[in-house]
Amino acid sequence: MPNIYQNISSNKRDTVLVVMLFMLVISIIGWFVGQYYYEGSGFFMVGMALIFSGISGFFSYYNSDKIVLGVSGARKVEYEDAPDLHNLVDNMSIASGIPKPQVYIIQDSSMNAFATGRDPKHGVICLTTGIIQRLEKRELEGVIAHEMSHIGNYDTRLMSIVSILVGGISLLADWFTRGAFYKTGRRSRNGNRGDNGLLFILGALFLIISPVVATLIKLAVNRKREYLADSTAALITRYPAGLARALRKISQDRDILEAANSATAHLYISDPVRGSLGNTVSNLFSTHPPIEERIRRLETM
Amino acid sequence: MLIFILLGIFVLALIFLISIYNSLVSLSVKVKEAWSQIDIQLKRRTDLIPNLVETVKGYASHEKGVFEAVAHARASLMSAKGPKEIGEADQLLGGALKSLLAVAEAYPELKAQASFGELQKELSDTEDKVSYSRQFYNSVVRQYNEKVAIFPNSIIANMFKFQPAEYFEASEADKEPVKVEF
Repeated sequence: MPNIYQNISSNKRDTVLVVMLFMLVISIIGWFVGQYYYEGSGFFMVGMALIFSGISGFFSYYNSDKIVLGVSGARKVEYEDAPDLHNLVDNMSIASGIPKPQVYIIQDSSMNAFATGRDPKHGVICLTTGIIQRLEKRELEGVIAHEMSHIGNYDTRLMSIVSILVGGISLLADWFTRGAFYKTGRRSRNGNRGDNGLLFILGALFLIISPVVATLIKLAVNRKREYLADSTAALITRYPAGLARALRKISQDRDILEAANSATAHLYISDPVRGSLGNTVSNLFSTHPPIEERIRRLETM
Repeated sequence: MLIFILLGIFVLALIFLISIYNSLVSLSVKVKEAWSQIDIQLKRRTDLIPNLVETVKGYASHEKGVFEAVAHARASLMSAKGPKEIGEADQLLGGALKSLLAVAEAYPELKAQASFGELQKELSDTEDKVSYSRQFYNSVVRQYNEKVAIFPNSIIANMFKFQPAEYFEASEADKEPVKVEF
C-alpha cells in the first residue's frame, strides 16, 4: 500500500504548510491592525497576534475533538450498548491496522458520519442513528472504513487544525472590521484621515479576502481527502461497492442533520448543509466533491 | 585532509546502513504484530468449537464422523506452527465446521435454540475477524517482503538474516495488490 503511506507523509507536510500559511496571514493582519490603530506599532501587533494564535491553537489542538463532539451533541456508546456497531468498528480496525477509535452516536434520523481526533491513538468516529439504522452491514462497513481512513491518514488532525486556524482568522478579521468602523467614525469627526486612508483600504481588502481564501484552502484540502479516504476504504474492505451503495443512499437522503453547521460541515462524510443551500451553489464552495463522481470512481476500482 | 574525507564518507555510509536496518526491523515488528492479531482470532474460534459441538451433539449424537473431523481439525490447528501450516489447518477446520453446520440444518429444534443461534453468530463474527486480520497481515507481509528484496536493502537483509515472511492462506486475490486510482 505505498500510496497510503505516501499520502500520510504528504498529509503531515501539508499540515506544516497550512500552519505556516496561516501564520503568515495572521502576521499580515496583525501588522495592519498595529499600523492602523496604534500608529506604527505594526511589528508589536504581529507578535501579539502570533502569541495569541499560538496559545489558542495549542489549546484547541488538544481539545478540538471534544469541542466538535460537544457541538454536534454526540454521545459515547460502549460495546454493551451497541455490540453490532462495535463489531463492525472492531473488524475495520483489524483490517486496517488502525487502533480502534472510540464510537459516538448522534441522535438524528438523517444519514451522516464523521471522524475526529488528533492522531490514530485518539481517534473518534461518530455516526448518526439514521445511518446505523438505514444502511446494510456491508454499506455501513464502507462508511466506517472511510471514516477510519480519515483518522489513519491524519486527515482528522489536518482538518481540526485548519478549522481552528480558519476560525482564528475570521475572529481577527471580525475585530478589525468592527474596530475600523468605530475608528473611521471618530476620524471623520476630526476631519483628518491622512495617509492612513490607503492603508485602511488595503487592510480592509485583505481582511475581506482572507476569510474567503482561508475557506477556499479548507475546501481544496478537504475535497482531495474525500477521494483518498474513499479509495483507502475500498482497500480496507476489499469491497468498493459497499461504500458506493452507501453513498448513493446517503445522497438520496433528504433529511437535514440539525446538529451540523457550516463550521463543522467539512468533517462529515457527505455535506450536511447541502439541503439548505440547494444545488445552485457553485462547485468551488462545496465542502465535498460531488457524490456521483465519488460513486463513479468507486465503481471503476 | 584525505583521512577526514574518508571518515566522512564512512560515517555517512554507516548512517545510511543503520537507517535501512532500522526500517527493516520496524517492518518485521509490524509483521509480528499483525500475526498476533490473527493468532488471537484463531484462538477465539478454537475456544468456541467445544461449545458448538456439545450443542449439536445434544440433537444429533449419531453423526459421529462430523464430530471427529472437527475435533481432529481443531487439534491439528492447535499444534500447527508457522503461517503456512496454520493456514492449512485453518482451512481444514473451516471445511469441518461447514459440514457440522450443514448437519445442524437438518434439525429444526436445534436451529430454533437461542444458544445455538448465539454461537453461530459469534462463530461467523470470528470468521470475519480472521479474514480481516489475514488481509491486514498479508498486506504488511507484502510490504515487508518487497522491502527485503529490493536493492540495496537486500544486502543488509542478507547480512542480518531477515527472511521473507510467509503469507497466510494467500488466495490469488490477496496476492494482487488492489489497484487504487486517485
